[in-house]
Parts: sequence; structure tokens; C-alpha cells
Amino acid sequence: MNTHQDVTVDGNEAVAYVAYRINEVCAIYPITPSSAMAEWADQWAAEGKTNIWGNIPLIAEMQSEGGAAGAVHGALQTGALSTTFTASQGLLLMIPNMYKIAGELTATVFHVAARSLATQGLSIFGDHSDVMAVRDTGFAMLGSSSVQEAHDMALIAQAVSLEARVPFIHFFDGFRTSHEVNKISLLSDEQISAMINGDLVRAHRARGLNPDHPFIRGTAQNPDIYFQARETVNPFYAKVPAITQNIMDKFAAITGRQYRLFEYTGAEDATRVIVIMGSAAETVKQTVASLVTNGEKVGVIHVRLYLPFDQDAFLVALPLTVSHVAVLDRTKSPGATGEPLFHDVVSTFAEAFNTDKLAKMPKTVGGRYGLSSKEFTPAMVKGIFDELLKAQPKSHFTIGINDDVSHSSLDYDSSFNIDSDKVISALFFGLGADGTVGANKNTIKIIGDLPGFYAQGYFVYDSKKSGSQTISHLRFGPDPIHAPYLVQTAQFIGCHQFNFLFKTDILAQAAPGSVFLLNSPFPVEDVWAHLPRYVQERIINKGLSFYVIDASTVAQETGMGNRVNTILQTCFFALSGVLPRDQAIAKIKETIKKTYSKKGEEVVLQNYAAVDQTLAHLFQVQVPLEATSLVEMPLIVPVEAPRFVQEVTAKMMAGEGDQLAVSQLPLDGTYPSGTTAWEKRNVSHYVPEWVPDLCIQCGNCSFVCPHSVIRAKFYNQSVLDNAPTEFKSAKISARGFPETRYTLQIYLEDCTGCNLCVSVCPAMSLKESGVKAINMQVKEPLLEQERENIRFFESIPYNNRANVDFSSIRGTQFLQPLFEFSGACAGCGETPYVKLVSQLFGDRLIVANATGCSSIYGGNLPTTPWTKNSDERGPAWSNSLFEDNAEFGLGFRLTADKHRTFAMQLTREFQHELGGVLVNAILNAPQKTESQIRTQRERVAELKAILLQMNSEKALDLLSVADHLVRRSIWIMGGDGWAYDIGSGGLDHILASGRDVNVLVMDTEVYSNTGGQMSKSTPLGAVAKFAAGGKTVAKKDIALQAISYGNVYVARIAMGANPQQTLLAMREAEAYPGPSLILAYSHCIAHGINMQNGLKQQDLATASGYWPLVRYNPVLRQTDKNPFVLDSPRPRKSFKEYAYNELRYKMLQRTNPAEADRMLKLAQQIVNQKWEIYEQMATRSGSQFHPDANSIE
Amino acid sequence: MDLSTDYMGLKLKHPLVASSSPLSDSLEGIKLLEDSGISAVVMYSLFEEQIRRDNEAFDFLLQSGTESFAESLNYFPHLDTEHKGSEQYLNLVRKAVEATDIPIIASLNGVTNVGWIDYAKQIQQAGASALELNVYFIPTDLEMTPISVEQCYFDILKAVKSAVSIPVAIKLSPFFSATGNMAKRLDEEGVDALVLFNRFYQPDINLETLTIDPHTELSTPAEIRLPLLWIAVLYGQIKASLAASRGVHSSTEIIKYLMAGADVVMVASILMKKGPKYLQVLLNETEQWLSARGYHSVNEVRGMMSRKNIKNPGALERVNYIKVLESFENPFASGIARSR
Repeated sequence: MNTHQDVTVDGNEAVAYVAYRINEVCAIYPITPSSAMAEWADQWAAEGKTNIWGNIPLIAEMQSEGGAAGAVHGALQTGALSTTFTASQGLLLMIPNMYKIAGELTATVFHVAARSLATQGLSIFGDHSDVMAVRDTGFAMLGSSSVQEAHDMALIAQAVSLEARVPFIHFFDGFRTSHEVNKISLLSDEQISAMINGDLVRAHRARGLNPDHPFIRGTAQNPDIYFQARETVNPFYAKVPAITQNIMDKFAAITGRQYRLFEYTGAEDATRVIVIMGSAAETVKQTVASLVTNGEKVGVIHVRLYLPFDQDAFLVALPLTVSHVAVLDRTKSPGATGEPLFHDVVSTFAEAFNTDKLAKMPKTVGGRYGLSSKEFTPAMVKGIFDELLKAQPKSHFTIGINDDVSHSSLDYDSSFNIDSDKVISALFFGLGADGTVGANKNTIKIIGDLPGFYAQGYFVYDSKKSGSQTISHLRFGPDPIHAPYLVQTAQFIGCHQFNFLFKTDILAQAAPGSVFLLNSPFPVEDVWAHLPRYVQERIINKGLSFYVIDASTVAQETGMGNRVNTILQTCFFALSGVLPRDQAIAKIKETIKKTYSKKGEEVVLQNYAAVDQTLAHLFQVQVPLEATSLVEMPLIVPVEAPRFVQEVTAKMMAGEGDQLAVSQLPLDGTYPSGTTAWEKRNVSHYVPEWVPDLCIQCGNCSFVCPHSVIRAKFYNQSVLDNAPTEFKSAKISARGFPETRYTLQIYLEDCTGCNLCVSVCPAMSLKESGVKAINMQVKEPLLEQERENIRFFESIPYNNRANVDFSSIRGTQFLQPLFEFSGACAGCGETPYVKLVSQLFGDRLIVANATGCSSIYGGNLPTTPWTKNSDERGPAWSNSLFEDNAEFGLGFRLTADKHRTFAMQLTREFQHELGGVLVNAILNAPQKTESQIRTQRERVAELKAILLQMNSEKALDLLSVADHLVRRSIWIMGGDGWAYDIGSGGLDHILASGRDVNVLVMDTEVYSNTGGQMSKSTPLGAVAKFAAGGKTVAKKDIALQAISYGNVYVARIAMGANPQQTLLAMREAEAYPGPSLILAYSHCIAHGINMQNGLKQQDLATASGYWPLVRYNPVLRQTDKNPFVLDSPRPRKSFKEYAYNELRYKMLQRTNPAEADRMLKLAQQIVNQKWEIYEQMATRSGSQFHPDANSIE
Repeated sequence: MDLSTDYMGLKLKHPLVASSSPLSDSLEGIKLLEDSGISAVVMYSLFEEQIRRDNEAFDFLLQSGTESFAESLNYFPHLDTEHKGSEQYLNLVRKAVEATDIPIIASLNGVTNVGWIDYAKQIQQAGASALELNVYFIPTDLEMTPISVEQCYFDILKAVKSAVSIPVAIKLSPFFSATGNMAKRLDEEGVDALVLFNRFYQPDINLETLTIDPHTELSTPAEIRLPLLWIAVLYGQIKASLAASRGVHSSTEIIKYLMAGADVVMVASILMKKGPKYLQVLLNETEQWLSARGYHSVNEVRGMMSRKNIKNPGALERVNYIKVLESFENPFASGIARSR
């Protein structure tokens, strides 16, 4: 029976491991931070792994969490053991089904990686807001506090649910537990089987709908019986706690790990107790243990089974000596008299007092902590216990923030810590792309796998997708590690990127005498002089042992290319002292052999050489006695930045956002536009450089730049009189403007180095091989000069929009992008479209943005890319949710239509005061061209000026809506996960509304933001998460769906295939007065391509006929012309020539070549057939398409 | 007419062997070649370097963008995507051996000793009748001496020969200072056949884009001259079999190669151009030519025009060179003459 095995895994895998084994049907949908559970389940199914009954669970990805809950409900109602994995908004979408499932007394467990809910802002991080929002559904709630516990409770919850017939939410903290890597004792299949009672499983099956003994369930009930019927379930709930404790005891007998519903830890005679659940319970336990050894009379009640809340068990767990209780909730119930757990504890005391079970009520206070993964540390725990010493402790307190508005927050001594001498803590600062996190995960496995060693890892990522910083928090020790909070003081600090020294206080957490490893391009003898002063001071003051390695050089010299992870990992093993040095190096080599032997002996030897060379190039720096550096930390933002940016945004950028007080933050989620411009991220070593003499000024580079770092202006040559001497300029390449000059300015500090600009530049040097009009260069030597050039360039006004040719690519480069420097991936295939919309319509644009990549690079703090022009106009942007974006955007339109009509009505009513000429001009203004819009703006300004002089209610009303007299451009943006799946119904509905909305679907053919899960847009044969064996259903053609309405403008575009068509479609869509749908091919890192080839892939997608460019313009139908225009030529490449450049297709060729061949053939057939249909449509006459009732009389 | 031939111990029904081409990339192609009457097939090369690079590219793309952003720590399922290149190749060898009755000659291009030896062993295990070593590298490093270049060939041959028992051929480059001596020494080291010659990658320059153009073209009949010369020189002087490769487009080239001393003649370009069925045309023409001149077997003509058998061996050397010049009609010269 005891096939004990220790493994090092994260919480998601630990939970999925169990859930997979004890279920038959998993209905899934991706949502952070729970996605990995579903991904594991899908992958194991693809690999043929079985559950404890020897069969492979069915994994079905649904179109939303609502759909997943529905499918689970259906599977349960027909007798299958079924589960799902979710979090946050996903759980909210499940609520209706949860009530049903519970009302029908159905056994199931939903595994929830608990996460914040979107309120004033979205947050992907952990707290209990989501699970607390569903506590009335009738689901029992069992919380886990660690990776091991989450593994165990996943099983316990299922066993209880089967017996009690009450469904369970098994929750654990998102990220903190779901993503923490820790060493756990793995449950064997025998142990799992022993916990699952076969009779109960069969009883569950027997309760399923079955035409062989039919019944109906799900009736509609009337006032006569609904109430009573609702009360029938009470005995089942009453039994849950006892059953749970029994199952926990059984589990203990099998595994040796004993759990209790309410677990008390601390002094037997404690007077002060904290009640808490989730990972923070571990933090409190550890702190209590430390405080008790110092003689403090404190304790903690760790709540595991939260609902049904067993009052008696709670009272039994609480020592009789307790006089003060603090109940901590990781959620917020605005307006309530306290948070949920607090309520339950207070009412328990009150009822116990009422029934004489309790002689005296302990003083009980409630507090909030840890919202959105806010750190919860031993110091905070100590702060709360200290508060409980007060005669009148504060209730409804907060801890961990500075609430200077409601004064709820408790003070605490942040220097208090309980770190054990036996634990070695390490911090690593790396770049997303440099392999630091991967290497650290590997390190944890290596050390964790050793008997007698325990390891823990937790990884903090920043909010950008390109050039992002990662901080790895690692702990190693001889005992299991229960420390669900970030490393407080580190014995080892590794800084893997030299420039981080100038951005973050890398050594703030360095323990005195600890080891500091710096990856330095400077040799050991020179490095000291290059350090900023604060680093020198910290090294001296803390007495650090300072080592340097030039990892890049070692990597180059040992043939590792730019892979420095093994090298830096070796340094850690050599210096950290976790293992004796020789043993550590031997261990690394052993792992290398295991990892790389299937890649061949050479690769193994190469990695060995890298290890040996690392040791030969790892040097200790002789630390001088004094800090001598004149290099100071640069300012985070320049002094001319707005006050909010200086005081708030800059703090967040510096990683000090935790210190911001409540009063400093906007009340309602409103933030200023255009803050990315203040964050010069300098993420790329290589940037483009313009060669004026070769440039033909076509605008291609600027058009495709995903980060809006290439700007063009034309101006009179006299402007150059004040230009820096190195400012680049060329004669404009247009006849008849001899005095006009042209400049293409690269904002190199904002460039991510994606290379797309170079790839689309058509101007080749005739004299030098490989030289174009724009070429990648090393940034450093250009930096100073270009900063000066940019300053000058910015002093030149943007070209008057009325003088710019909107209809050509060449023209668009002169339009100011009002979406700039986003944190999207380098070479992103979506942002060029977003930027183009902002250039064309930005000053009258409102954007409804579905949750996903575009809402993250568009709206993730600290800095956001949507900006404004010199008139202070620009896109107004908002994100509601994932599922409702189409409806959200339609709401914008409805307001615009309503307020415009209202404004027109009031304007008419002011005919006398305003004068007929102005009123007529305003009401009948054509607003198609830029100059017409500008003229209307002038009229509206005149109107407002007059209104301001009038002091009537009506005038004020008109003033409040007068802006609507200028036509607004309403855009609804999102990805394919939204448009094809979760928001499909809403999208369909708004397209059928006839209203003037413009929908831009940036189609990456997977859920990109959550890491590449299949959507209904994913093409046949492509491998994606949830389609590990290759997708077997072809992509949905929503262009044809939308065309079927007849009054929807539809375009399928691909910038890399035909930028001119892209531009035309955008303008036609915006001009069309009804609904418009644009499907934009967006190459994506999730395609498994080198992103610099993104546009080439777009071109191939079109050339192969896979992505035919089309426009369906209902306006043409009005004149009986064919509204369907096929813009791309007949396929001239095979599908394979396009697809097999991408990992998503080639993966299948590796994993299942026969299936890959079959899919390839089918995919080609689909391409051929689709082309035939399109070609046929393109040759119809207009009358063969649906008429549009709104426009055809 | 007895067309049967012995090629490094393999009994072939005639001397026409399919050399590596897209036709030998798949089981269907190999079967098609057999159905068309080919006597043996040399498969495409298993490129160790390509497998490695492919794996590196896969790893790079799999790692791109990972562990950077909390919501998308990776973008693909964790599948075993290790290159099955060698496995696929070996599978094809296995299937081809099973599905055909003709000898299947595998071809290998390694870059490391490990690659050469391990893959050679696996190829033998997969059932290949023989192994052709496609030693393919261009010594662009100016520090590399001729001796070290030659040594590479010997090292590889030695390593592979010690690892396998099936016959081993080497496809040679024509670029040695002493091609004959090279052949002799390889022969002494035990090579079972020499394939003359490898067609090297000879990139072109694209004048439009000022880039290097990797375009490769099918061979032309004019290309037979170099192999023809060396086969004629080597015939009868070494134990190893001789295979002629390059430029076969009609029976003319086949007969010339045989007369120079080739044991087998490799064909690829013409079959690519005209289809595998064209093999019968080549065979018929060859047979007709031989019988029209009263020959009864290919053995009778083999080597009859070799250096060993021709009356004036010098004709294959400098004298021949002079003769070429003399017989070469200079159009410019005659033009000049006319203008006078």
C-alpha cells in the first residue's frame, strides 16, 4: 500500500493530479490562475493516462465557464463523476449551475484557484473574493493552505461529497498556492482508490437520468411547495462536518497526514487567537510557533471546512482561555458589517452565548488582509496580535496597506521576521527571456528530489509581456517549508541582468554577510566602478561576499549561444552552500545528462563544458572599504512628468507600489491616459536605425511597428535651423514640395527590437549587401544622440490631419498614433491594428476592450499606452469583462445615439438663441472627412461658448451632451477567445442590432493571454493547449456568419499580406453606418514562430488561400453591385508551405506524424473548398445577396 | 543480355541505382522506384546536424516568451517533441527493407563521431543492405590543412567500419589535391565502394537583392566528365567498387561510365524530370546499344575505356587536356577570321 513518493510540483499540478484520477468527465475553460489544472488534465488525457478505474477521463473545453458548469451539471445529472477547474470571473459565471447542482444534492468538487474579482480594476492575483461570492450556492467550501494540502484536500473533498451528496468547492490561494513549487508526498493510486468508496460512486451513477427507469428532475415549483422543498436538504448539510472529519481521519490512517475541520495551534492557555483560512493560515501558524517560544499566549485557528460552518467544532477547537479573537478575511464586503468568516465566528459566539455554551463572549474583531496577493507576512501577524493586546482593538481593520482615508489599517513593525537559521533563502532577478525562472524551477527539483532536503519556489512576474523582470523566491532546508510569503531576507542574491541595478533595489533583502552574484559584462577588476553608489554601499554595509560572472561570454565561448541559464545556475550551486560544492556540481552534471542525453552526447558535453568554464570564470570581487561611485540611481520618470505619474505611477514602476497609501489612488478606477510615454523601458539591445538616403518614405516600417516607435513627420526645411547637428532628415519624396523635409524618428528607448520594420522595408542598398533603409544596430552608441533628436522631433508639430492622405500607407505614417509603447510581446501581431485604429480615428474614439492580451497591454498598470494628442483628445478606453465586451460596446453606441439625438433636440430648441445658421450647420453637418469633422468641432465649440453664457438648466443639459454632436467612432476590440467563444453570442447579437459599431477581432487563433488554449478559431491540425493531439475541427468562419445578415460590413484582413487592403477595410468599416466586423490575422508568439517572421507568415497565410482577404460592403449592395469583394489572388502556395513554418503545426508532425499528414491533407482540402465558395461569391451579382432593410427602400 | 552487377558485394540485376533524391524520401517513392525496375535505392541522407539544428529551433520556439508573464508561463502543451528525425529515418529504412526486394542503401551525414557511429549502428540494425557516408563539408576555415581535411575522411571511415558489418561506401568530393591517392588510401582503410562525386552546394549571388541564393539545380550531362575521368583512372587499381554519380540523362552517359569502369551508375535528376518509369527507357537503350555491338553482358564493356585498358593512358592526363584545346573551335577566332 505504501508506495510513498515525494515530488516537487506546484499547487495546480498537485490538485489536477488527484482530480484527474477520480473523475470521468472534466469540462474546462482557461482562466488564470487555474488554467494549468485544465491543461494538465487535457495533456494527461492526450497521453493516455487513466483514472483509478483504468479509463481516460473525457476532457471537454467549453466556450465559457458558464458552459463548463452546464456541461458538468449535465454529466453529473447523467451519473458521471465530473469536475471543473476555475477561478474569479469564471466561478461567477458558474453560479446559476452551482445553485442547481447543490439544490439537486449532487456530488462533485469544483477546484478553485481563488482569485480577486474585477471591481475598480481587474486582478489576476489571489484572494477569496471569488469563493466568498458563491457561498450561498449551497456548495460546501473546503480550503487548502499549501501545495501538499491542496493535493490532499482535492481527494478528501471528493470522498466527502460522494458520501454527503453535497457538492464542494475546494479552494486554494491563486498564485500563492496554485503556482508555488514545493516538495510534497504524492498520493498513490492505491491510496486514492482506498479513499473513494465504490458503492457511493455507483449510487451516484444510479441517481443519473436513465430512460430505463425514468423520472424528471428540474421541475418548476409554485409558492405552495418551493419553500418546503428547499428545506429538505438541511439534514444533508448537517452531516457534512462529521462526514468530513471522518474522511479526514480515514485519510490520516492511510497517509499519516491528519487534518481537522478547525485546527488549533499555539499556546494551550492562549488569550489571543487569530482565525484564518487559506495559505495565510500557514504564515500565522509559523509566527505563532515563534511567538509562543518567546512566551506569548497566542494561537491560531486554521479553518479548513468553511461551509457548512460547524459551530460546535469551532468552539471545541478554541481554548477556553481566549479573550481576544481576530478573524481575518481575504475579501471585502463593502457596506456589510464585516466579512464572511468574521460573521460566522461572531454569530457562533453569539449563538453559543445565547445557548449558554459560552459564558463570556471573547472580544472579536474582523480584519482584511492580502487582497490581490498582497503580501501577508509574519510581521503583519505580529502586528495583529499586538493590536489584540489593546483594551479596544480596532475592528474592520486592514493590514498590509496604509489606509489614510478610512484609517482602517494597523501599524506593524515590518522588520520583524521569523526566518529559521536552517533555511537558505535566495532571490534571483532575471529577465523573462533569459531562462532564470526555468533554471530555478530546475534547481528546486534537483535539490527537492534529494532525500532530507526540502525546497520551495515562488515566482513574481511583472505586468509587461516583453522585456519583463522576473523575481524568483527560493527556499531550501532540511524540513518541509511552510512559508507562503516572499523571501524576507536572502542569503543569496543573484542579479542576472546588470542593468537591473539601475532600476530596482536589488539588495534590499540581502541578509548581512550573504552572497551577491552579479552577471556582469565588466571584468572582475573593473566591475566595482560601474556599480551605482547605493549598490556599493549596500555591499559594504551588509558585508556581502560579492561575485561576478560574465555569463554571456562563457555561453558564447562554450557554444551555448545566448543561453545563460545553466551558467548562472552553476554559480548558485557553487556559491550558495545549499549543498557542498563538489556534490552540487556533480548534481548539476547528473541533471544535464538526464535532460540532454536524448539530444545527443555533444549537447551533454557542451553543457558540461559550460559548467566547468563557469567555475573557471566565477570571481570574487575584493570589496573596497568605501563606496566611491558617482553613479546614482536614475530618476524613474523625468521631472517634467505630471504629478500623478511622479507620485503614483513612478512608485509602481519602481516596484514600490505596496507603499502607496489609499488616498493616493483614484477612487473609481479612473487613470490618466498616455503613461507609457514616461516609462523608457530600454528593453532591447538592438534597435532600428534609419538611413535617409536609401529611404523611399513608403511608411511600411511605421505602419507595422507594434510599439509605435517609428514616427514620421514632414515639415518646412526652415525647421531644421534649430535642429541638433546629427538630426536626420531627407527631402520629401513628392514632387512639387522643394522646401519640405521628411524625418523618420525612432523612439529607440521604447523599441523591443522585434525587427518587423526591417523585414518590411523594401528599400535595399544597391551597393552594400544586406543594408536597407532601416537596419538593426546596437542601441548604446546611438542613445544619447537620439534622445536629443527625439526631443527636437517632438518639438515639430504633427502634420495637420486635413493635409494627410488617409487612403495610403504612406499617408498614415504622418498620423499620430494614440496607442504607443505598450507592453505587448516584441513583434506583436495585434498592436499594429490597434495603433492604426488610433491613428485613423483616435481623437473621437471610444474603445470597449474584451479581457485578454489587448486589455492587458492596453490597460495593465502601472503604465498604459492609450494616449492623447496635443488638443488633449484621444481614445477613451475601457474594459468590462471577457464575456460581455460586444454588449458593453453596444452600450457605448446606445449612449452616443441617445445623447446625440438629445443634443440635436436641444440644439433645435435653442434655434432662437443660437441662430438658425449655426443650428442648421450643426444638425446637418456631413462628418465623413477629417476637415468636415474639424469644422463640426469648431461649430460645437462655438455652441458651447454661447451656452456657457446662458444660465439655464436646459443650456447646462445641452452642454453636458454637446460633445456628441461630433460623430464618435465606437470600436469593440478583442481576441478570438472572446469573439469565437465566450462572447460569441453577444457579438452575434450586436451584429444583428443594426447599430453603428465597429468590431475588431484580433485573431491569434488561440487564447493568447492565458497561454495558448484552443478556441473555435484554432485551425484544423494545429496543436494548442486543450488540443494537445491537434485540433480535429476546422476553424469557424464568422465572416460568412456575419455576411449572412446582409447589413453587416465584414472584412478579413492581414496586414502582412496586404496593408493597403487593411487600411481600406478599416476606413470602410468606420464609415459604414451600421455594424462592422473586421477579422484581423494576428501572428502570435503562441504560433511558435520567430516573431520577426510574423508578417511573412501573414503573407503566406493569404498566399496559400488559408486566409483569403475579403470585404463585404452592404453599401455596394444598395446599388446592386456585388458587395462581396475577394481581395487576394488565387492560392499560389500550398497550405503546407505556410503552416509548416509554425511550431503549432509542426508539433503534431513530431508527436504523431501519421495524424499530421492526415490533418495536412484535410486542411488543404478545406482551403481549396473555402476558396471555391469565396470565388463563387465574388462572382455573384448584388441581388444574390440579402438585402439590407435599413438601407434598401 | 546479362546486365547483372556486383556493387560492394550486393548482387544487382543491373547497374542502375537510384541515388538520393526526393523520390527516395518516402516509402511510396521507394516502392515506385522498385516497380520501375531500379536495382537498388540509395536513400536520402540522415543529417545529424539538421536534426540538431531542428531540435535547437524547436527548443527556441518552445521557450520563446515563456516564464515572462504570469498568465502565460508557456504557450504549448508539454509534449515530447524531441526530433524523431533519426527514428523516422530508421523507420523508413525498416519499412523499405520490408516492402521491397531490392537492396536499400542508407545514407548518413554526421557532424560528430558520436553521430556517425550511433546512427550507423542503428541503420544496420534497421536492416539496410549497405551504408553510404555522405561526407559533406566545405573547409572554409583557411587554417584547415589538406592533411586534416583528409584525416577527417579516414577517421569517419574507421569509426563507421568498426561499428558496422554491412558494406560501407563513401561519397567523395572531387576537391582533393591527390584524388587518386585519397581513393587508394580509403581503399586501404577498407572502404567498400567509392561514389564519385558529391555535388556540392554551390551558392549563387542574387544581383537584385544582393544576397546569396542557395538555389540548386538538377545535374546536366556535361557534369559526367569529372567522375568519368576518375573512374577511368581508378578502375582496376583499387579493390573498392566504383559508383558513378552525376549527369546521367541518357544511355550514352551510362555506357560511358560503364566503359570507364563504374560498377554501378547512379541516377536521380533524369528520374525526377521524366518520372521513375523512364528507367526502362534508359535500360532498353543501354541494352540495345550493347547488343547492337555484340556484347552479351555489361561486364564485357566495364573498364574497357579505363586508364588501365586504353592504349594511350596519357590521353586521360595532360595530353587529353591539350587535345581538348586543339579540338575546341573558337567561335571568336573564326569570327575574326571571317571579318578579315
